[in-house]
Amino acid sequence: MRSILKASIAALGLAAITVGGTSASGQSLSGDLKIFLDTSNPAPRATMEAVIARFQANHPDLNIETTVIDREEYKTQIRNFLTANPPDVATWYAANRMRPYVEAGLFEDVSDLWNEPEIAENLASTKGAMTIDGKQWGVPYSYYQWGVYYRKDIYEELGLNEPSNWEEFKANCEAILASGRKCYTIGTKFLWTAGGWFDYLNMRTNGFDFHMQLAGGEVSWEDDRVRQTFANWRELIDMGGFIDNHQTYSWQEALPFMVNGDAVHYLMGNFSVAPLRDAGLTDDQLDFYQFPVITPGVALSEDAPTDTFHIPANAANKEAAREFLRFVVSADEQTEINNGNNLGQLPVNAMSSVDDDKFLNEGFAMLSSNSPGGVAQFWDRDAPAEMAKVSMEGFQEFMVKPDNLDRILGKLERARKRIYK
Amino acid sequence: MSESSLQDVRAVNGGGSWFHRNQIAITPWLFLAPGVLFFIFYVISPIFQSFNVSLYDWDGLGEAEYIGLQNYQDLYWEFVDRDAFFVSLKNNVIWLFLYLLAIPAGLMIALFLNQNVWGIRLYKSLFFFPFVISQVVVGLVFTWFYDPTFGLLNTIIGWVGLGPINVLGDERYVTYGIIAAGLWPQTAYCMILYLTGLNAVDPEQVEAGRLDGAKGWKMLWHVIIPQLKPATFIAFVVTIIGALRSFDLISIMTQGGPFGSSRVLAFYMFEVALSEYGFRMGYGAAIAVVLFLIMLCFIAYFLWSMWKEEKGAR
Repeated sequence: MRSILKASIAALGLAAITVGGTSASGQSLSGDLKIFLDTSNPAPRATMEAVIARFQANHPDLNIETTVIDREEYKTQIRNFLTANPPDVATWYAANRMRPYVEAGLFEDVSDLWNEPEIAENLASTKGAMTIDGKQWGVPYSYYQWGVYYRKDIYEELGLNEPSNWEEFKANCEAILASGRKCYTIGTKFLWTAGGWFDYLNMRTNGFDFHMQLAGGEVSWEDDRVRQTFANWRELIDMGGFIDNHQTYSWQEALPFMVNGDAVHYLMGNFSVAPLRDAGLTDDQLDFYQFPVITPGVALSEDAPTDTFHIPANAANKEAAREFLRFVVSADEQTEINNGNNLGQLPVNAMSSVDDDKFLNEGFAMLSSNSPGGVAQFWDRDAPAEMAKVSMEGFQEFMVKPDNLDRILGKLERARKRIYK
Repeated sequence: MSESSLQDVRAVNGGGSWFHRNQIAITPWLFLAPGVLFFIFYVISPIFQSFNVSLYDWDGLGEAEYIGLQNYQDLYWEFVDRDAFFVSLKNNVIWLFLYLLAIPAGLMIALFLNQNVWGIRLYKSLFFFPFVISQVVVGLVFTWFYDPTFGLLNTIIGWVGLGPINVLGDERYVTYGIIAAGLWPQTAYCMILYLTGLNAVDPEQVEAGRLDGAKGWKMLWHVIIPQLKPATFIAFVVTIIGALRSFDLISIMTQGGPFGSSRVLAFYMFEVALSEYGFRMGYGAAIAVVLFLIMLCFIAYFLWSMWKEEKGAR
């Protein structure tokens, strides 16, 4: 017993020495470090608590206090705690989603971290998403791909192949409908799922740059190119491709359609794999492909939402906070927290290894080599909050009542004129 | 005992300190002070703050920019364009009228339960039950009841050969669906008010009415209901207020959807100012002011009728 204890203490000490050796200025941190997390689901919560425990082991003099807030609650609470009672480190999302807090001066400029070679070289791919006004406002800790998840066994039963263009995509759907199933499951009660469809249809129809201009309010919603996107979308709607009554379901409530084989595809983020597996689908039944080409010649681009850590501008212990950010993005930690036992997502550090999981491998390959057009965050992170809200409501209405398109686009155009001043 | 009477004497005689002299005049104010202070701080001042904020363009974080009445102008255009504000206002009016059905429904159930049979207490508690459970639970129960694939409602109307309807997913029915859910607990509330009211009905007047040959509807309308006036008044007040602040059920059952067609003013205000995507504090405040003005009509009416009552009583 005693020897085991001794050995484990020795091992711990050794680990501390090795990790301590890699981090440059991590020797004498002290005081309090308050960390606010929105990782309230069981697996992410355990992951984050483990990360913090490892950080604590490196810095025993630091008094770390962790608060986990429900993910949905967090989205509304953040503005209160950033102004009134800021922690030292807080989770949030990249791109435009952090703009209100950056512009209000509530997030600390961490460009200095991004100038350190360790981060500058290994995190280059996500730098753009963290940049506003030429400065970086936080660091990413995880991201994940979006794409079409489908029932491989039903594809085999119907003799279908993964489509590579729009015509095949629609032809597959025709075949699925003929077999008495629906093509795409979706639950639009909380609106954002429709934003995913819009992202892909618009990026494939008009390209990444146009999509970003639209998100940035530079293009009219009544533009013919936007109408073309909706015309493509309408083909799927008129075909009857989407499940009925999707406006009453959340994204989780739409999962059973896929599990029961009533619907064959789900355009979703990689986080949908875990519940689908839990519901009993094996890797032989579930597979993934990249959203197919619509307009030939338009460079493929993808959605890959990034989750981030920030330091509030009014934080008390910024030195320790910076050290924590360095620690979280380090190659080893990235490998650990994003593996299949933890977050099951993609690491942001180029020196980390992706866990050996079918979907993570495919997603990683897709994002690193088959997304030349660019990588978007997601509609509600790329567009300003108000525009995202109004437009996603419009997308939902369009999916239920495609005939209202002119009225919807008129409404969005009025909103655009008001929101981007 | 002796000490306090000594003080009273001193107060009447005008001796002692200033406090002692004015004790009787000051004491009620001292007792009122905590309540009054809280009321001013938490109720009155936020009303004026809302008026003030509604004149600004403010995201709740950065600098507020004074824009005069532009928020109200935007609301006006939304109204003209039949946009979100119009929908919310229209739904509020529907809520106001249909929610009042809780009063006659509550009265009917109260009359029905106002009898002495074995186990009546149990029946009464069962009817009161929906008011005891949380609005969140009511919302969830009705959401499942309306569910288009496995909901009980569609199973039942399926028996008589009617096609499945998606109550909460159809912009024509959604508001009525939510109001029906809201009526369930509200009817129970009105019922309990009337049950206590019925206890106070004077049996002699009922007897006298019976001797004069009144029964059935005539008895109800001319003898019972006039005596239930205080209960009706309270039921009316709580129902109107309940209708105007109908927020929880909408938030749970539809999130204002589909595509915003079940919003009411209270929910719309929350959405634009405080929700996940809401950063328009000024606009939210402007909606709050509109809602306040609507409520003010009712509050003024309630206060006026209470004042009339008081005067009549004297």
